[in-house]
Amino acid sequence: MSQKVLLSATEINIILHRLACQLLENHLDFSNTVLIGIQPRGTFVAERLTSILKEAYGVKQIDVGFLDITFYRDDFRRGDKTLEATETKINFLIEDKNVVLIDDVLYTGRSINAALTALQSFGRPKEVELLTLIDRRFSRHLPIQPNYRGRQVDAINNEKVKVMWKENDGKDVIYLINK
Amino acid sequence: MSELSVQHLLGIKYLNEKDIQLIFETADHFKEVINRSIKKVPSLRDITIANIFFENSTRTKLSFELAEKRLSADIINFSAGQSSVKKGETLIDTVNNILSMKVDMVVMRHPNPGAGIFLSKHVNASIINAGDGAHEHPTQALLDSYSIREKLGDVTGKNVVIVGDILHSRVALSNIFALKLQGAHVKVCGPKTLLPKHIESLGVTVETDLRKALNWCDVANMLRIQNERLDISYFPTTREYTQQFGVNKALLNSLDKEIVIMHPGPINRGVEITSDVADSKQSIILNQVENGVAIRMAVIYLLASKIK
Repeated sequence: MSQKVLLSATEINIILHRLACQLLENHLDFSNTVLIGIQPRGTFVAERLTSILKEAYGVKQIDVGFLDITFYRDDFRRGDKTLEATETKINFLIEDKNVVLIDDVLYTGRSINAALTALQSFGRPKEVELLTLIDRRFSRHLPIQPNYRGRQVDAINNEKVKVMWKENDGKDVIYLINK
Repeated sequence: MSELSVQHLLGIKYLNEKDIQLIFETADHFKEVINRSIKKVPSLRDITIANIFFENSTRTKLSFELAEKRLSADIINFSAGQSSVKKGETLIDTVNNILSMKVDMVVMRHPNPGAGIFLSKHVNASIINAGDGAHEHPTQALLDSYSIREKLGDVTGKNVVIVGDILHSRVALSNIFALKLQGAHVKVCGPKTLLPKHIESLGVTVETDLRKALNWCDVANMLRIQNERLDISYFPTTREYTQQFGVNKALLNSLDKEIVIMHPGPINRGVEITSDVADSKQSIILNQVENGVAIRMAVIYLLASKIK
């Protein structure tokens, strides 16, 4: 098993600032836009972006939610292990809102597909966009593409992208691991 | 990632503490789901469940049915009263006939203790025991503990008294197993004739004075007299039973502390519990019913994920 650094802490920070600016360009004051981080790891990206938008760009109020997609996944009973759920926390209505779904790595697109189904339980959004920190292109099983992407990666199937966050894993870094 | 240690839910006796925690954590997520405006998830869209009830039921049957529907399972319902069981068909034949219609899971209530265990050895499906005679009613015990956990924060270390017909109650036995497994202190209280011999060997204490028992406990779980299972007279009159073992508001108000009142239903108002107690703020009877759906969704989800 070998691993190389795909993005360092500094690079991640620059990319997050760029993504924040792109969101700002399209959504201005976020009065009709909500950010939804997909559990378990998209929530870190959503929280980082929120604090950047608030602290560096003076956005006063952003609704941020976390969406667990476990019960909507299409691989129930197909793996060896029971799929274990995490918390869903969406304390606002998404009816007629612009929703930005946020995840760390976009791979097959199946998680996003499940997330789109799950979102329907919370209302009918005006529009849904997708933001992903890492986009593993050429690996998609479904016709899903991000509206905002941090870095595009040409990883092959036996490679794994591992995103680590300071608040959870001790440091900010993204590795490309060859299994 | 964890999973249940069992393929069937036949009784609390066969679970370990980790299983109970996993069921509770999963139920937490389902409780959030059933409080959304759209209360349904598609997890079990390729699972078919048969609800087979050889005994009457209102709450349990509706609760299981709702839990299955909220998980998007396909369901078929079967009540012994309107079936070929009356024509002499055996249990295994009945169930195997149902299973040949490609059913993955069976929820069964049966008047004979051990019916679920028997079935699990002879048919190829995941079995959930929804009550087998006076033996076990595992999902009821799980939702009772879950409701205590929700109300008091934890089950461990709490004093719980189970009052009433302990001898004929499957709810009592499953509750004793579940509460002991989670480290609660359990007392049973009732007329001596309705307390099984050697019940202390399950690690519970016995009290025949209701006031003393209530003063000791944090939670009182009031059980119904199982009239349908009383073959002989166990106490002189219902009125005398009520005087000694019924909970009323005056009795509750005279206690040193405010205790939590539970009841698995159906309530015989005015017998084991008066209306003003059943409908009081201390009572969590309706919370138990709501939690029943979340608990059953969790059990079904966790067992279904083991069906390959």
